[in-house]
Amino acid sequence: MARTSTAKRSRNPLPVPGKISVAMTVNGVETTLEVAPWTTLLDALRDHLDLTGTKKGCDHGQCGACTVLVDGRRVNSCLTLAVMKDGAEVTTIEGLVTEGALHPLQQAFIDHDAFQCGYCTPGQICSAVGLIAEGKAKNVDEIRELMSGNICRCGAYPNIVAAIQQAMNKIGVKP
Amino acid sequence: MINFQYARADDVADAVRRISADPTAKFIAGGTNLIDLMKEDVERPSRLIDISRLPLKSVEETADGGVRIGALVPNSDLAWHPLIEQRYPLLSSAILAGASQQLRNMASTGGNLLQRTRCFYFYDTATPCNKRKPGSGCSAIDGINRISAILGTSEACIATHPSDMCVALAALEAKVHVAGPKGERVIAFNDFHRLPGNTPQLDTSLQPNEIVIAVELPAQNFSKNYSYLKIRDRLSYAFALVSVAAALELEGGTIKQARLALGGVAHKPWRDATAETALRGKPANQATFTHAADLLLRDAKGFAHNTFKIELARRSIVRALTQAAQATPQSQSDKKIR
Repeated sequence: MARTSTAKRSRNPLPVPGKISVAMTVNGVETTLEVAPWTTLLDALRDHLDLTGTKKGCDHGQCGACTVLVDGRRVNSCLTLAVMKDGAEVTTIEGLVTEGALHPLQQAFIDHDAFQCGYCTPGQICSAVGLIAEGKAKNVDEIRELMSGNICRCGAYPNIVAAIQQAMNKIGVKP
Repeated sequence: MINFQYARADDVADAVRRISADPTAKFIAGGTNLIDLMKEDVERPSRLIDISRLPLKSVEETADGGVRIGALVPNSDLAWHPLIEQRYPLLSSAILAGASQQLRNMASTGGNLLQRTRCFYFYDTATPCNKRKPGSGCSAIDGINRISAILGTSEACIATHPSDMCVALAALEAKVHVAGPKGERVIAFNDFHRLPGNTPQLDTSLQPNEIVIAVELPAQNFSKNYSYLKIRDRLSYAFALVSVAAALELEGGTIKQARLALGGVAHKPWRDATAETALRGKPANQATFTHAADLLLRDAKGFAHNTFKIELARRSIVRALTQAAQATPQSQSDKKIR
């Protein structure tokens, strides 16, 4: 028996959505990107802008490696659509250095050896920048709790907390 | 992720128009749950309607002494809003018990209400799940069900609702304001989330063409005697095995008014009128609390791996009510349970 397909391809397949223009200020530089609707902020930073300091860990908002600051607030860039951040100000680990000097948190992470493999470190540091800006963490328990969205598989947590305390002192926030 | 179209809503009416015009579209606000589910191929919207720029971001006092929270207020802003911290500390505490600060910065009030279950099988598209694919079966009933429900389950679904915030909103008897093609309506919190029954694909009573615009808190805030106790496998950043929102109004040592809501145990934040009635007029002591816990759990039913939740819930209820009565609410940063 001749094989006849009952499944017909639609003559009018859904159009592939076009790229959308998104203007963002990334690390102080005004940038315009052409991205597909499904491009995450993480992929836009890494693949479109070559800012590979921000890491892709789980890609599901569970590890915090992709943490960046959007309009000064820490967010998971893997769960953020770039098209939704038109007009936003984004700061990544690459944007924390000012006039060649490391951010106090970057220096503190070095001073306290707050990492082993370093993969989670950009996310940890951006998250800690957000934490200090929030001004809610007043003791070690609160630092640990408010940093719980950043997983360190090497287990450098005690040194990460010590580094954040040092930076808080330096910046003038009493930990 | 699948391909999809993207559009921005101009105002609430435009959002309702757009969602009514395309039944395969979905709203996106914070995106913390939806984008994750799209990456897992669980949600496959043809179009995302971005509502994140709508003017629903204020927290305001209402004429009758309550507070109205815009649907797009981020979870972190809400937890730390002075009105909420001072007048509804139970809500503030419950929000801070959930997710991570990054996620709370993104997640919206309305989205928190509408987040989907974290049942392993709902996420695993290789397995049957009545919630994801109606009629395909429930893999959890005879599968790995350690995290599953013990109250209000059905033969079709034993999933739990994952929110902490909603447990506090249930205890506080919040109201959900929604808008649709026919205008606005108000849904009592207890009627917003539903039990699975034969239609576990429906999490809430929100209609497909409706949008959550606000959550309203009544004046009664239980700001003196409350506690949100969350028990989980890790000390932070994990979903509840059992959580309890306890709120009391005391007169001397006697309970004048009591609210008790549980998370992690059912398809919705679980309240039980019989248990709350049993607390009223009684002395605030362990015997009273244990009796209420026994009543609340009278129909609890465990599965192969989660029977422990029944005793865990009993003890958590007694502990949370004790913390509330003593005005020593559970800290969400110092994890010692006292």
